[in-house]
Amino acid sequence: MGAQKKSATPRVSEDPEDLARNPLQAILLADSFATTFRPITLERPKVLLPLVNIPMIDYTLAWLESAGVEEVFVFCCAHSKQVIDYLESSQWSSKPNFIVTTIESHNSISAGDALRLIYERNVIHGDFVLISGDTVSNMLLTEALQEHRERKKKDANAIMTMVVKQSKPSPITQQSRLGTDELFMAINPVTKQLLCYEDKAEYSKGFISLDKTLIADNPSIILHNDKQDCYIDICSQEVLSLFTDNFDYQHLRRHFVKGLLVDDIMGYKIFTHEIHSSYAARIDNFRSYDTISKDIIQRWTYPFVPDILSGSTAIKVERQGTYRASDVTVSRSADIGSFTFIGQGTKIGNDTKISHSVVGEGCTIGSNVTIEGCYIWNNVTIEDGCQLRHAIVCDGVIMKSGAVLQPGVILSFKVVVGQQFVVPAYSKVSLLQQPTHLDSDEELEYADNTSGTGEPGYKLNGDITPDLSETAYELGAGGVGYIWSVFEGVQDEEWRQSVAPIPTDKLIKLMLEKDEDDEQLTQDGNVFSASGELKADSDDNGSGDDDNEDSGDDYVFFEKEVEATFLRAVNENVKVDHAVLEVNALRLSYNMASVDCAGAIFYSMMKLAVESPHNSASELHKNAADIITKWQKLLKSFLHDIDEEIEVVLKFEEMCLESAREFAALFPQILHLLYDKEILQEDAILKWADEKEGADAADKVFLKHSEKFIQWLKEAEEEDEDE
Amino acid sequence: MDFQVVVLAGGNSKNLNPLVSKDVPKPLLPVANRPVLYYVLHQLGQSNLKDLIVVVEGEDAALLVGGWISKTFVDGLHVEIAAVPEDIGTAGALRAISHHLTAKDILVVSGDLVSDVPPGAVAATHRRHDAALTAMLCSVPVSGSSDSGSSGGKDKTKKSGRYNIIGLDPCKQFLLHIATGYEIEKDSRLQKHILHAVGQMEIRSDLMDAHMYAFKRSALQEVLDQKDTFQSLKQDVVPYLVRSQLKSEVLLNGISQAEENGNEKLSSLNNQVLVYQILANASTPSFHERYSMEPDGSSQSRKTHKCCAYIASNSSYCVRLNSIQAFMDINRDVTGEADHLLSDTSSDRDNIIGPSPKLGAKTTVGPQCILGEGSEIGDKCQVKRSVIGRHCRIGSHVKIVNSVVMNHVTIGDGCIIQGSVICNNVQLQERVVLKDCLVGAGFVVTMGNEYKGESLARKEK
Repeated sequence: MGAQKKSATPRVSEDPEDLARNPLQAILLADSFATTFRPITLERPKVLLPLVNIPMIDYTLAWLESAGVEEVFVFCCAHSKQVIDYLESSQWSSKPNFIVTTIESHNSISAGDALRLIYERNVIHGDFVLISGDTVSNMLLTEALQEHRERKKKDANAIMTMVVKQSKPSPITQQSRLGTDELFMAINPVTKQLLCYEDKAEYSKGFISLDKTLIADNPSIILHNDKQDCYIDICSQEVLSLFTDNFDYQHLRRHFVKGLLVDDIMGYKIFTHEIHSSYAARIDNFRSYDTISKDIIQRWTYPFVPDILSGSTAIKVERQGTYRASDVTVSRSADIGSFTFIGQGTKIGNDTKISHSVVGEGCTIGSNVTIEGCYIWNNVTIEDGCQLRHAIVCDGVIMKSGAVLQPGVILSFKVVVGQQFVVPAYSKVSLLQQPTHLDSDEELEYADNTSGTGEPGYKLNGDITPDLSETAYELGAGGVGYIWSVFEGVQDEEWRQSVAPIPTDKLIKLMLEKDEDDEQLTQDGNVFSASGELKADSDDNGSGDDDNEDSGDDYVFFEKEVEATFLRAVNENVKVDHAVLEVNALRLSYNMASVDCAGAIFYSMMKLAVESPHNSASELHKNAADIITKWQKLLKSFLHDIDEEIEVVLKFEEMCLESAREFAALFPQILHLLYDKEILQEDAILKWADEKEGADAADKVFLKHSEKFIQWLKEAEEEDEDE
Repeated sequence: MDFQVVVLAGGNSKNLNPLVSKDVPKPLLPVANRPVLYYVLHQLGQSNLKDLIVVVEGEDAALLVGGWISKTFVDGLHVEIAAVPEDIGTAGALRAISHHLTAKDILVVSGDLVSDVPPGAVAATHRRHDAALTAMLCSVPVSGSSDSGSSGGKDKTKKSGRYNIIGLDPCKQFLLHIATGYEIEKDSRLQKHILHAVGQMEIRSDLMDAHMYAFKRSALQEVLDQKDTFQSLKQDVVPYLVRSQLKSEVLLNGISQAEENGNEKLSSLNNQVLVYQILANASTPSFHERYSMEPDGSSQSRKTHKCCAYIASNSSYCVRLNSIQAFMDINRDVTGEADHLLSDTSSDRDNIIGPSPKLGAKTTVGPQCILGEGSEIGDKCQVKRSVIGRHCRIGSHVKIVNSVVMNHVTIGDGCIIQGSVICNNVQLQERVVLKDCLVGAGFVVTMGNEYKGESLARKEK
């Protein structure tokens, strides 16, 4: 095979037939379609933010080049002009054998849109690497590519290979060291096929669900909680057309990957490639910015480290991982600690202490300043006596003497912090006002970005300064900038993805909470199994359970879909009308009757009630009551006549027997509640009671429970008749 | 070895109607002309596990089984027979005999297990890890339904393919998840906190829980005492222990007792832990220890217990006789591919033809057949892949293929029997044709009848 290697791309060995293939291409998304780096990204695109003094995109491009990619399409959307300008003026515009082409768009609001646009351009002719511009890696693509191509040859449906890496999330915070949420992946250990990808597994708290068909199809599955998604994908051409076919795919993982995994009609398959010794990580939030910066300084990403990447400007690596550019003026009494980077032209005053930090170019740092774990970009002025801990300080910031940054502060471009002012922990400070329409919901991130695309107009900071006069005091005497308020509800979570390390008291608190959770879990588990034998009995009778199975898998799927829709509606506060529409659409696509809808919705509501935390039966009852009250309209819109109402009662009964036994004790109360809310008419309940009258004793458990209530109903009815 | 063995022999299993009867309870069903219980007891004896309690459902059945055991295993085994009421489940049975349990560890074996996996190996694994529970897992038998000939009573046998869902740690030593029975029909729900502690879990659906468990006695008795609703070991007790392994309620009590006795005891307990670590060759602590240490390095702040798995090698034979299909399969396998189960027994029985049968002229008995002593076969008969019990009388021109014929059966001339089970004392008159049938004890099939796929039994009085 050695003889057949193509000289231009020595790293990618190719089969003879592959020689005719196109050069390896890559799509680099220079827009993360997220808002995690705000307010900084309001003024500069994320990919141009300096990572140890070098723009992120340079790391990505340098890796692509070294990995044998010959043509890169850089897709820019927000601040596209800045990205294009940067690329044109950089070394990347003039490389032989490495062509960087930019694709500009002003109306793409998601990765899905970006890929659809690229598909229309018709520039990708074969396998390509899909990566976002904020990824740092030094892995060799050869092996992964080889695997991908061989798989593709055998199975045309193997269209994507995802790179994953070992990384165990913290047992306490349940997030990885990159600050991302824990990820559950099910992988077939033999074929490495990805079977399940769950990054937001909170719906089923304490449990992770695996589809039974997966287990039936794969004798062995490994469920990973210790892997990290590197967001480096090797894709076949079909991926682009899939995005075009499924115009609702937006997010690469949440929609595309999950969409492919659940879709068994087309049978497309995703595989994983695990890297062991090389580095790959994506900067997704401030915490990963911090983590990856440290990894770079500690040279895990070699050869992509500042002294090699920067090329022209001489940067020396000294002992203890200190990087120092050539003309740095450091006072003799200043203490530059380990793992610190000092950029060109920076001046540092007397008795200043800096450790574990990055200081960019042309900064002026006064005397008696303490800087610890900070990322200070270019041309920053820090006057005497300032204290900075675990903060990000963008270009042109001025900190007047004695100012203090508490952990987790972000100072965006050209902010001025007044004398002696203490910026509280986790504040985000910008010259720009916080956008008023706040979407705390990540799902809507792309809607948010539409405003982002129009932002270049704001960029002239000078123009904005006058507006600030009235709020200038926010940052103390002489300070300029707005402190952004934190979204409601997210406040407590701010520490999770901040640059600052997680404070100890948080950890302790979390640990205690977790213990409680576990406690509850085991209890839940007990409930679950204690009645196991009850279940066995009903199995023997061969009653309800089996009938259910017979009604086919379709209904099971339908129920699942409805449940997912409902949960989404709850989590995103979707309007009831919209939820009704969505369920109706599901009904049509699964060819179900509205009876089924009613049953499925009711099921989802009750399941949610069970799964929301509760300690006692009365709390559970309250949960259920809240949910029923809130969503009764949704349920009612599928209760057209009495049969459907009966179905709801039957469904409830079934749940009490099987999936949600906690409700068994509450059966009459909930029934009463449903009656009170006019979800069930008394006729329906009475009819149900009549139907059940003839059933076996085992079937009548709940009828007995609610005897009193039914009696009351009957009497009420009789009274009505009397009148 | 401080191990006590409990053999749950069962009684009149409904699944096996009409094969079982008053005279032949499930433990005495013949497999290659020996009661199925023989195979378990023999394996236990081979592993030097000789302190046994055989639990039988129903007094009458217990008498029968006890009689047989005292006749067969005169030497070596110390066997107690305990009768328990019917239908109290496996956990109920253990609860009933709980006061007999004295050893530190208890090995619970199902009496219907036909296997060549040494129970001693399971016990050793259990000891090595100081586990609260060790379950034996074996590969799902691939034989069975593939063979079209042996399909007697298919209506009764559950469709294969639904076995257990089992979660293992990466070293395949620990049992992290187990789901059996009805839970399999649904999507599996795996507990996150165990997954968090271990990092990755291998989920296997090609393994079968062979119903051979080693328990720590203290753990077992506590679970049985506290959870009085638990009826089944397989469906309640074992999943419970597995589920709660990182949040142990079982050992929790044990340790609080130790605390009452003062610190001295506690330290000895720690020493014990250390010793077990060394025994387990644990250069790195297992996830249980890591989990229990985690928060601040102080030892044992969380109580855990270990659930281990012993996975039988692929080549070993391991099937439970819990359905009619399994009965057919086991009989076929024990005479065929798994004949080592027979050949290493004390008797030097030839697995092709038994001693002293009388064969008529031009009668052929094919390979993989067993003829019991005292049976007689007339002229021009054919016997293929079948087991024929003791003292049967078979007429001329009879064809028996893929079938099991028990003792004292009379088969008239010209009968054709395929894929069927004929129980004790059955009388088949002349020219009966049976295909895939079950004939219950004492039934009489009248002359010339033809049956296909039916279950024939006398009406219960």
